[in-house]
Amino acid sequence: MTMDRRTVTQMAADLRARKVSSVELVRACLPRIEASQSSLNAFVTVTAEQALAQAQAADRELAAGRGGPLAGVPIGHKDLFCTAGVRTTCGSRMLENFVAPYDATVVARLQAAGAVMLGKLNMDEFAMGSSNETSYFGPVRNPWNTDLVPGGSSGGCAAAVAARLLPAATATDTGGSIRQPAAFCGVTGIKPTYGRVSRYGMIAFASSLDQGGVIAQTAEDCARVLRSMAGFDPRDSTSVDNPVPDYLAGLDAPLAGVRIGLLKEFFDTGLEADYERRVREALAVFERLGARLCELSLPNIPRSVPAYYVVAPAECSSNLARYDGVRFGHRCRNPRDLTDLYKRSRSEGFGAEVKRRIMTGTYVLSAGYYDAYYLKAQRVRRLITADFERAFAEVDLLMGPTTPTPAFALGAKSADPITMYLNDIYTISANLAGLPAMSVPCGFAGGLPVGLQIIGPHFAEQRLLHAAHRFQLETDWHTRVPERCA
Amino acid sequence: MALTRAQVEGIAHLARLELDPAELPQYEQSLSRIVDFIGELERASTAGVAPMAHPLPGLAQRLRADEVTERDEHDLYQRNAPAVASGLYLVPKVIE
Repeated sequence: MTMDRRTVTQMAADLRARKVSSVELVRACLPRIEASQSSLNAFVTVTAEQALAQAQAADRELAAGRGGPLAGVPIGHKDLFCTAGVRTTCGSRMLENFVAPYDATVVARLQAAGAVMLGKLNMDEFAMGSSNETSYFGPVRNPWNTDLVPGGSSGGCAAAVAARLLPAATATDTGGSIRQPAAFCGVTGIKPTYGRVSRYGMIAFASSLDQGGVIAQTAEDCARVLRSMAGFDPRDSTSVDNPVPDYLAGLDAPLAGVRIGLLKEFFDTGLEADYERRVREALAVFERLGARLCELSLPNIPRSVPAYYVVAPAECSSNLARYDGVRFGHRCRNPRDLTDLYKRSRSEGFGAEVKRRIMTGTYVLSAGYYDAYYLKAQRVRRLITADFERAFAEVDLLMGPTTPTPAFALGAKSADPITMYLNDIYTISANLAGLPAMSVPCGFAGGLPVGLQIIGPHFAEQRLLHAAHRFQLETDWHTRVPERCA
Repeated sequence: MALTRAQVEGIAHLARLELDPAELPQYEQSLSRIVDFIGELERASTAGVAPMAHPLPGLAQRLRADEVTERDEHDLYQRNAPAVASGLYLVPKVIE
């Protein structure tokens, strides 16, 4: 069971050159996944039979000189993307036995591109968490040190890519759920612009913030997978009808003259000293590549976390009202009446953090508090967005740390919700403003991976991927793997 | 601002959640912390700022023609239902 360090790009090329078959790749992945479950718990469901069937089909296509851009490449999906005929749990007891009746658009598009699904990846319950500890199926552990969390909510995705159980996974990001686990696990992740990737079949948490993306080893792989996922979908009313550029084109172009802004607010007192050093070293690499750095201040950014913890729970309380124990999902035993059915089904089906967010949302939307909290937060959200607009009039990209510290120990932050929420202090603002953002491995602090965050203006995915790719041509942080997994 | 036990119970009822009495103090405490934390927004000066409901400014909500586009997947969808009979969802008796 040797580790396969190949990227999506390398696997796709090897498959196309018939150096390896998809069935061989899948047969190599499955036992490693199985063996990792007791230590990492990255998967909720492994779809071995379907994967082998899909791999055989991909091999036939490739043998005939056909097959999509990802033909035969094994991937995983975060367990909140609906997969027809396959259990889709969203990390919750509520959906423990839910078998999705249709495919999410992202799943259908990647399948059409030839990708082979190995299984569904573990996550914080309904994507509400920053440590993967809220999953009903148990926490995922960080491959760099299994006493630590992998981050969340896409913790299973990041851990699986970091341990090279698979080369790439789909993920979602509502307040940092792609970037933060990518940073904690030393892998590359991109959250595209809001509306870039269809939300159809993506189980909703906060609909004005949720966005699907990719976690992979490299920016080039992110570009390759995103190219097959992104684009207009009439089934998502907030999907944007803009053409999808070829994200792979121009990745190697020089970076000279690119203007990079450093947000003063992201280099605050909460940022750990060693983490900051690694980020500044990464920025020096960009400077050597010809980019120009300047410092900027966006005064409303520090209000991102409180604004988010009004907007996201408000949307969550509304979205999760659908779980009523009637049409699908968990139902309590022997309900006395309809109210009892609703209340007990929901209370048994949801975990503590989900209940807390539903109640926060219910509170901020309730009569007498709506103006003071919800409307106020939406006004602050506009101020934050305007701050970014001003910044992008002066610079092409913003860069800074993805998180204030590297991965923390299991249980270290679960006692106080605010301590946990503040872990997303640098990632949340991009969601409020709908901006594309990435996390790229840029070194180690205390032996743990550090993430460089790159934020761009709306629909500038290509610019982010280009900068990240050029950085990865100069550095090898993204090729490091945890010793225990090698 | 500390939330009282009665307030927490009221919110839980609105959200159709039933909290175990043993869990109540924990929710009282954590929700009070959250309400304090988001109360910080009060200090932001937002006079004349319109609330932002959509993350892509200037993008209008797309409409579509009022036409049937989906197939009837009644049976497929009901496979996930906890209790059905004759194609109907079963719930406790509502009217005596």
